[in-house]
Amino acid sequence: MDNIQITLNNVYKNFGNVRALQNISIETNPGQINCILGDNGAGKSTLVNIISGVFRQSKGEYRINNKLTSFLNPMEAMKVGISTVYQNLAIIPILNIYRNFFLGKEPKKGRLFKTLDKDFAINTTIEELNKFDINIEDPERMAGTLSGGQRQILAIARSLYFGAKVLILDEPTSALGVRESNKVVDQITKLKSQDINVILISHNIEQAFMLADRFFIFKGGTMIAQFEKNETSVKKLRELLER
Amino acid sequence: MWSFFAIFAHDGFLSFQGMKSYLQVSSEIGILAVGVALLMIAGEFDLSIGSLIGFSSMSIALLSTEMSMTMPLAALVTLILTLFIGYCNGVVVVKSGLPSFIITLGSLFIVRGLTIAISKIITGRTQIGGISESSGFNVMSTLFSSSITILNVDFPISIIWWFIFVAIGYFTLNNTQLGNWIFATGASKESSLLMGIPVSKIKISLFMNTSFCAWFIAIIQVTTFGGADVLRGEQKEFIAIIAAVIGGTLLTGGYGSIIGVMIGALIFGMVKQGIIFSGVDADWFQVFMGVMLVSAVLVNGTFKKRYADG
Repeated sequence: MDNIQITLNNVYKNFGNVRALQNISIETNPGQINCILGDNGAGKSTLVNIISGVFRQSKGEYRINNKLTSFLNPMEAMKVGISTVYQNLAIIPILNIYRNFFLGKEPKKGRLFKTLDKDFAINTTIEELNKFDINIEDPERMAGTLSGGQRQILAIARSLYFGAKVLILDEPTSALGVRESNKVVDQITKLKSQDINVILISHNIEQAFMLADRFFIFKGGTMIAQFEKNETSVKKLRELLER
Repeated sequence: MWSFFAIFAHDGFLSFQGMKSYLQVSSEIGILAVGVALLMIAGEFDLSIGSLIGFSSMSIALLSTEMSMTMPLAALVTLILTLFIGYCNGVVVVKSGLPSFIITLGSLFIVRGLTIAISKIITGRTQIGGISESSGFNVMSTLFSSSITILNVDFPISIIWWFIFVAIGYFTLNNTQLGNWIFATGASKESSLLMGIPVSKIKISLFMNTSFCAWFIAIIQVTTFGGADVLRGEQKEFIAIIAAVIGGTLLTGGYGSIIGVMIGALIFGMVKQGIIFSGVDADWFQVFMGVMLVSAVLVNGTFKKRYADG
């Protein structure tokens, strides 16, 4: 799959009388970490839901590599390579690790009766997690036995394995302790070298500043500012957000 | 469990006759429990299966005696009707989003009531005999209620059917894509939907599957007794759930094992018959099953907590 650049031009989204998004124009590029910063209710989720195909904008353009785009549902977006890792819903705790990894896209073997190719699933899961510095001897363990950070990374590894070129991360570290967060942050940083277009939703300013290359600041459904990393600082971002 | 009764009820329990007696009880519960467990793993209950057994057996009886259909045809028509009721259960649960416990509690009474009412309107009775005279009965009875003699004891063929149900259930759950989807649907509907899993279709099919199991038990009973009774299958819905829970199936869905459920049904049969063999008053059976059920739920609950919050 090709690398993906995402462009939104003058996008609006209304829910009945509620204006969730007004006149949003952003551009995110492959090999970059793009951070959408904002408080609850700022319109972050609405924006991300438009990009990931959950719903469509009321007005404005959505372009992928400069071509006008419209997705009917998240599955279509996923086929193109846009994948979302949700904070709580990414991994099912009482399903084992390899079954989580291949959920919905189970590898099959056999002609007459298609059965699960467990050996392939198990080996692939071990290999793919290894790439993210997670060593698991027994992927038949419940995913609930993994740490919170490991679960996030499992979800990221899965998206990449299935060809994600745009990775939308919804508050990937908000539920994690400091050490676990750092591990996840390390792995997200590595995605840049793979030309992944990372869209990070966050309200943790310090961490976002460490990670991201470009910042979009949202407030009350509008984008109040946009910076490259070298144009701003934690202090500036904080002032803007808390004003 | 086995050794408990082997010690206290060794005369009858250890004999081949004793084994036959508990395997027969276990097999009928076991067949139902496979369907019930698969549905429970996907996160739903079906309380209507008991009355579906009554409905199916009555429908077969009416169609073959009153409408003079051959018995295989009556069975086929009944299967379609029964699957349709299962489909309705599934659709109502999926579309309304209400707990299946309540929806199927409703259909339990609707189906039982309709079965009694319609039987009375057509025949004026609630029991029908003489199905053994309808054509095709012998074929059906060979298939579903003949027996295999081992060492002078007639083991009913339902035991073999039970093993077939267990084998198919086990294989589906553990070695197919559908199995993975069933686990995921019960564990987290939201996550499953995000991964593109057809949650509603899976649930509806599993409701149809429990109906199928109920129909199957009805066939076994009709061919065994040569007649039908509107009250057939009463309380079987609860017994099948008990067997599934004792076998380790989570009430909240997402986890369970068909082999465990088989053992659950086996324990049920052993206790039920073992108590008779040991000469203890059979009322104690209910007490014992209740205690087993609650203990099993507690154990299953700690299991889930360990992973879900871990």
